[in-house]
Formats: sequence, structure tokens, C-alpha cells
Amino acid sequence: MNIATTVLAILIYLIAAPLVGGLLAGVDRIISARMQGRYGPPLLQPFYDVLKLWQKENILVNRQQKVYVLSFFVFVLVAGGIMFGGGDLLLAVFALTLAGVFLVIAAYSTFSPYAHIGAEREMLQMVAYEPMVILTTVGMYMTTKSFSSFDIVQEESLLFLRLPFIFLGFLFILTIKFRKSPFDISMSHHAHQEIVRGLTTEFSGRDLALIEVAHWYENVFLLGLVYLFFAAVPAVAVTVTLATYFLEVFIDNNNARLKWQHALGSAWLVTLVLGVSNVILLAFR
Amino acid sequence: MSFLPKSPWLVHYDASSCNGCDIEVLACLTPIYDVERFGVLNIGNPKHADIFVVTGSVNEQNKTVVKNIYDQMAEPKVVVAVGACASSGGIFRECYNVSGGVDTVIPVDVYVPGCAARPEAIIDGVVQGLGVLEAKYQEKGKAAS
Repeated sequence: MNIATTVLAILIYLIAAPLVGGLLAGVDRIISARMQGRYGPPLLQPFYDVLKLWQKENILVNRQQKVYVLSFFVFVLVAGGIMFGGGDLLLAVFALTLAGVFLVIAAYSTFSPYAHIGAEREMLQMVAYEPMVILTTVGMYMTTKSFSSFDIVQEESLLFLRLPFIFLGFLFILTIKFRKSPFDISMSHHAHQEIVRGLTTEFSGRDLALIEVAHWYENVFLLGLVYLFFAAVPAVAVTVTLATYFLEVFIDNNNARLKWQHALGSAWLVTLVLGVSNVILLAFR
Repeated sequence: MSFLPKSPWLVHYDASSCNGCDIEVLACLTPIYDVERFGVLNIGNPKHADIFVVTGSVNEQNKTVVKNIYDQMAEPKVVVAVGACASSGGIFRECYNVSGGVDTVIPVDVYVPGCAARPEAIIDGVVQGLGVLEAKYQEKGKAAS
């Protein structure tokens, strides 16, 4: 992969990802509404929301929160840039973790009790999903002998066939990453959470808009990881990627929120059983 | 042009309502009325909200709470007083602990009559609030330039 195509791929990601992510969020809200017997908002509602937040006053609790929120935004972009630019998948995953850490620090910096509980739960969620994300990249390395997403996407056989359990485990922790019930314990898309809005309780205006757009980038990044499992047959890969998103919406609408103990316990159990067993199978193949 | 009227997020506070108006506010979210069609979300957090919906008369206990929620909201913001009690104090107006309608504590932009206010009337009140929201945004722009 030469420099020109890498730059082009990254540019396409930077421009297209928020559009795709926002549209997916719009579809999510319409489907959720239909599942609840409602008509639902317009497709472009998430964009209206973000543009509105951009026009609102930004109430700052302290000045450093802007730095942390911006760092969160930038590192989500960096993570996506590394992956969609054909770079090291492991590095991309670590960049995404760093972004998550910045969001936690941003919430801590506001000193709000609600944001504090949200931040603590977010850290527990990170502890819950991180091993499975690492095992996913490890599994991909073991099958393709490369961490580079460019090499993985060019693999001729379906990765899914050799990583079926890792794929299922990844689907499980995807619910945590998408902030969907039953694992939306640190911050929910829906109102009336017991911790108000968790992580984002104290953010308003442009900071909140940035967090929302970063979440769209993050979703596209994660769906990109799903794509890699089926990259050998692009038509199947796109279908499965979209189906995964709708599965998450379906799960979201059919589950109540769990306690963090259950989220952590079940995520680790799934990682241990599905993730580790798949890696062992690969090692002895 | 602003995007405020396209995505009004509400925060609803029950000052000392009898819960009649509160149930009607919640009825607006149900499949029959479904205000999310217009982008309205009951966001539950004053810092994220654009429209403050208050039901019930304000009493000595929650005066500070109403004021606090209002102060935490980001500009531009609109207050909608829902129901007779929130508008004027209603039948509780003469009570020793009631200071009257919501406008005795914070500036109110739209008054929705009724006891209890009907969901149609509440939606209409919020829609009128959108006009005020847009006007406030334009005013802010003029003040800045």
C-alpha cells in the first residue's frame, strides 16, 4: 500500500465515517421507535441534534475538560485512521483504549457525583471488554500472520471460518462498546438513568457534540473490525456488518440494564470460554 | 437559521403537581402522541436540555430546586409552565407554603392552561416554545455581532 492510497483511505474515513455513523444512528432511532410501536424521528435527527448542540452555550465546569474531550475525539480519529489506513490493528485498538481513558478523565475532571459514577462504571466496562478486543486482534494475527489491517483485508479465506468463537465473543462485547442495553451502565442513550447521563452529565454544547460525533466514528471503527472477519467476500462482509448493527439495536430494545458485576462477569466468562478456546484451537492447528 | 427547533430536548420537573399534568407530559412520549417524531427527547438532564417543562405550583421547599435547574441549563433556553398550578398557582395559590406559579421564581415563556393540561395542549405549548427558542437564538447572534 503506497502513501497516496493510505492518505486517500484515511481522508475517506475522516469524511465518510461521521456521515455513515450518523445515518446508522438515525436508522437505529427509527427502528427502536418502530419496535416500541412509535413512528420515530426523521432519519437525519442525529445530525440535527449535533448541529443544535454546536449552536448552544458550552457550560464549562473547568477549562481542562475541553482538552480531555478534544483528546478523546482526536484519538478515536487516530484509531480509525490507523485501521482504515491499513496500519497496525493492535496499535489502532490501543489508540481507541487511550481515547476511552481520556473520556473517563474528562468525566472525572468535572467533580460531579453522577459523572464520577459514570466514569467508574466506564472503567469497569473497559476492563470487561478490553481482553476480548485484544484476543480478536491476536486471533486475526494467528490466522494471517500479520497485524496490518491491509494484509488482513487481503486474506483470501474467510477469517470467520477460523475465528468463529472469537467472532461470537466480539459480538458480545460490541454491545458494551455500542453503549446498548443490557450493558449501557456508564452512559445511556436513553433518558431517566439512575445516574442522570453518567459520563456526559456535566457536558453541554460543543463538548457534548464532539462526544456524540466521536461515538459515530467509534461505531464505524468497530463495524470495520466486524467487516474484517468476512473481508474475503465483500458482499457478505457488508451484509454481516449491517446485520450486526441491527442485532445490537434488537438486543438494546429487549433487555433491561444489568449491574456492573454481571456485565464484568459475563464479559470475562465469554472472553475466557469463546476467545481463549479459539486461540488455543488456532495454536494447536 | 438555527437547528434548535429541529431538536428540542426537554427536562421535566414536578414542582408540587398532583401528578395529573405529569402523567399527561409522559403521555406525549407514548405511541399515541410520540413527540420524538419532532425530535423531542425527554433528556432528564438540565445541562443537555433546551426546554424546561414545569408542572405544579412552586412552594417554599422547591423554589431553590426550580431556580437551580433553570440556572444549569445552557442558553438559549425556554421555560414552559404546564397546567393551571404552574401558570398561576391554581387552587393552591392561597396556601401558606405556596409562592404561586413558576413565574414567581424564574421567567416563563409559554403558559399551557388546563387541569390537567391535555397532551395536545402540552405539545402545542412546546411548539410555541420552539418559536421563542429561535427568537432567543437570533437575539443572541445580534448581541454577539
